[in-house]
Amino acid sequence: MFKPLEPPKNKDPLHRTRQLVLPPRARSRQAHLFTQAAAEGRFALPRCKTCGQFSVPARDCCPNCLGGEYELADTAPSGTVLSVTEADIPFLNYFRERAPWRVVLVRLDCGPTVLAHGHYDCAIDGRATMSLKLDKAGQAVFYAAPAETGGDPLSDPQWREMTADPRHRRILITDGRNPVTPALVRDLLQAGARKIFVGLPDLWKPLAWENELRQHAAVQVVPLDVRSERSVYELVRAYGAKIEILINTADHIRPGGYLAPGQLCHAADALDMLAMGLMRLAASFGPVMAGRGADGEAGAVAWVNLFSAYAQTPSAALAGYAMAHAAALNFSLSLRAELAGGGIRVMNVFSGASDSDWFQTMPQPRVTARVLSRSILDGLRGGLEDVHVGAVAEDIKERLRANPKAAEREISSTRFGG
Amino acid sequence: MTTSIQDILAEALTQGTLRIVDLTHTLSPDFPTLVLPPEFAQATPVKIEQLSRYDAAGPAWYWNKLTFSEHTGTHFDAPAHWVTGRDLPLNTVDTMPLENMIRPACVIDCSSACAADADYLLTVDVLKEWEDRHGKIPAGWWVLMRTDWYKKSSVDYANLKADGAHTPGPTQEAIQWLIEERDIIGFGTETIGTDAGQAGNFALPFPAHSLLHGAGKYGLQCLTNLDKLPARGAIIVSAPLKVLDGSGSPLRVLALADTE
Amino acid sequence: MSKPTRQSYIDVVITTPVTIPYSRYSSENTTWWIGRALAALAGEAGLDHRDLDGLSIGSFSTAPDTVIGLTQHFGLSPRFIDFLPFGGAAAILGLRRAARAVQAGDVDIVACIGADTNAVDSFEESLKSFSRFSQDGVFPYGAGGPNVSFALIASHYMRKYGARREDFGKIAVAQRENALRNPNALFKVPLDLETYMKARAIAAPIHLFDCVMPCAGAEGFLVMREATAKAQGLPFARLSGSIERHNAFSGDLIQERGGWAVDVDELYAMAGLQPSQIDVIETYDDYPFISMMQFEDLGFCAKGEGAEFVRSHDLTIAGSFPHNTSGGQLSVGQAGVGGGFLGLVEAVRQVTGRAGATQVAKAKHAMSCGFGMINYDRGLASAAVILSGES
Repeated sequence: MFKPLEPPKNKDPLHRTRQLVLPPRARSRQAHLFTQAAAEGRFALPRCKTCGQFSVPARDCCPNCLGGEYELADTAPSGTVLSVTEADIPFLNYFRERAPWRVVLVRLDCGPTVLAHGHYDCAIDGRATMSLKLDKAGQAVFYAAPAETGGDPLSDPQWREMTADPRHRRILITDGRNPVTPALVRDLLQAGARKIFVGLPDLWKPLAWENELRQHAAVQVVPLDVRSERSVYELVRAYGAKIEILINTADHIRPGGYLAPGQLCHAADALDMLAMGLMRLAASFGPVMAGRGADGEAGAVAWVNLFSAYAQTPSAALAGYAMAHAAALNFSLSLRAELAGGGIRVMNVFSGASDSDWFQTMPQPRVTARVLSRSILDGLRGGLEDVHVGAVAEDIKERLRANPKAAEREISSTRFGG
Repeated sequence: MTTSIQDILAEALTQGTLRIVDLTHTLSPDFPTLVLPPEFAQATPVKIEQLSRYDAAGPAWYWNKLTFSEHTGTHFDAPAHWVTGRDLPLNTVDTMPLENMIRPACVIDCSSACAADADYLLTVDVLKEWEDRHGKIPAGWWVLMRTDWYKKSSVDYANLKADGAHTPGPTQEAIQWLIEERDIIGFGTETIGTDAGQAGNFALPFPAHSLLHGAGKYGLQCLTNLDKLPARGAIIVSAPLKVLDGSGSPLRVLALADTE
Repeated sequence: MSKPTRQSYIDVVITTPVTIPYSRYSSENTTWWIGRALAALAGEAGLDHRDLDGLSIGSFSTAPDTVIGLTQHFGLSPRFIDFLPFGGAAAILGLRRAARAVQAGDVDIVACIGADTNAVDSFEESLKSFSRFSQDGVFPYGAGGPNVSFALIASHYMRKYGARREDFGKIAVAQRENALRNPNALFKVPLDLETYMKARAIAAPIHLFDCVMPCAGAEGFLVMREATAKAQGLPFARLSGSIERHNAFSGDLIQERGGWAVDVDELYAMAGLQPSQIDVIETYDDYPFISMMQFEDLGFCAKGEGAEFVRSHDLTIAGSFPHNTSGGQLSVGQAGVGGGFLGLVEAVRQVTGRAGATQVAKAKHAMSCGFGMINYDRGLASAAVILSGES
């Protein structure tokens, strides 16, 4: 059903905040092949390794050749709509609260017939552009959009349930000292964010772009130091219930191997900022956001963490820094599991060296603030879970996928110039 | 009836004829710390983590875990803090002689000059002028530089610019003179560090740190309320934590002074 | 090489149709309902229940027990058991297996029972363990329960073959009229076409009166040799023909026929009958349009002519094509797997002349159909039997 996204009204204090009931979460293990694709925004389906036939639903055994091994293979995201219905009175509460709910049956060009959440313009015999999304329960589902027009995704409330568009939402950027901040603030405002809180630790330290931040009417600079439990608590007390997207930009870059001068202190500081900082944020903001996962059309929706690509496998030349990011990444997966119950998606953004002074000796290509910011925005709009930004992050991802041991050997011994 | 010093002190304290002035900032994570080039290890702010607060982690008790560097907040510098004092005897806070922990002080009021110039430097001439008015600085006393810096907002307090901090402090000559000519026990300031913010660029970088500690003298920094002390004679109680091999420590600094 | 012909069920008969009156919700569990049916079967057959040496149970909700545990529960020592959590096809599948076992001498008397209870949360619980493809590929789309899936199939069928809601409505309205003669039907008020048409949409084109109402209940019958039935003085029905077929026509992009269409010729050949000789038909009516498909796939009309067939017939008990004479699941209620037994039990009553107020005059041959298990995008299981009276 067409329903434009309206700016949210102020809360009626006499009404209880709508609590989230989730769509079904149960999936077979094989079905998580779809999760893997959806997390990265790919359209990839299980394909029999023996005969090459695609299968939806995910199977353990190929009905064509009885082969027992499947691989995830990218394929054309297109198909033909066979049938359409709109559930007016769905049985499950999640859908009933959001009824009518449009469901379509699509014959994919690559073979299988799939049930999909359908854009309101999808019609029988029409061509559909398909995608795999993560629904409110964090599980993979198909979404069909009309191929001819593409549809206006944001005017489809079903699409909005599966994505985290910043439009009309209030956002917290936890550490305004991260150099991505000015570009990110500009992009989020342009995308229609209603308000952006920018956290700033060590208010007594100057910040080159502080004046630029303060000139936006929708931006509010707030004291926030993720290294301080009290600071985090004080911010959540003031604004916790007004944040729908949290973007954790806290970082503490100190390159060097474990024998480099002061690395024990640097690594401890990095761990405190990244891993413990994330945990402090989670302890304060997690429950508040999870309680607002269904709070209207622009309810709490996403939690973004920025990670070094070396969080996944280290370079020994960044030993302490990579360790801190790995610890934070590990925690983010626990956080993802916890927040899933509240319908909040945790998006992890991995990137290689940025333009920061700290990475001055790292080889090109670097990830500019502009590119990183656009990737965060695209990830939110697409409802992604894992985003790899730039050639280095992509390269590490691919190498880890192809041969984790080779990746470990090669990447851990990478030395950077300088 | 004999009157012992102990009795006099007891009466003064209980009758309120002796003022106690708190020269200490609250130990808080928001309080600025010394900023070194970031590749060096840093004096981290105090971290206060709750262990329990009458809750499941401790139903009837409240306590926190504290983490801080030895040079966080209002703190004490022992000679071992600087390389020049590293080989001196009793140069750490755990070995420091007790009698050095309670000493009288001279307070040099530089507040109006500092209001006009954040980079104000205390010179020998100013010290001599002070002596003209208040008498010679006695050996074994503290010299405390009053700047009223503690009254500033945290941004102005740190006063960080692209070329570093801009805060007042002593000249190399003034420190040399206080050590060699007056044999003070130590030098105290209201700013972050006994040295001026730009002292890294002096002919002898960080002269207060370098010379004071090389001579076995102490430093006190981030003091407050120096404007509430008499020019001379207030008794400074500054007992740092007895940290094993410690180079300094945050501490509660008290001054005892006559009522005005 | 020619295919061997199907052997007849000579000497095998069906007796003792029993129905435990349904209730919308029940706080009793399924084992209780099965126990009531077992007691009714033994009682009406004049047997001690220990004499029943075969037990065949169709149910979704006996967990954690299967039929083996139930033998101890009921004090039986059977030499043949069967367990059929097969939805709308379970009744006929159970009958087919029991009949062959009796025929081969593996067992003397098989009690076939279909039962499910219906607690307030039964439906939601049953969704959780229904099928893996549903869990992975259907429920996440808001299609909890079959309405959405059947709406997609119905929508396609209507578009392709020109069936209209009014045609489905005619089926539902006729069944309600039949149900008003059945004291066990949960729906007791008449239904007219206008009310049917104005009902709220559940998932278009499925509207309220296209849907069955889940309830608690049990149905059962006995399968034995003709000699045994005669010795006990039990009226019986003969099993003239039967078919089952699963996952048929998987190449159809969207379901428009059931597996009956594969084997229907053998069904009639086995019975030695033509469609026109069937006096009464009990289709599996989880939705009226599925009944319409059965008219086509079981040879009463050609594919795509179901709607026209319905328009040209009176489907009530006294009509030209008596259909779902007890009122069917649409008007009696759907007692889980018991829903597949409803038509079969009614067919036994019809051909033994013991259908009471719903009796079709001179009913000699009756057909009963089963359909079920919408595992992913289509119903997988199809089955049908033709029962004939004694003479």
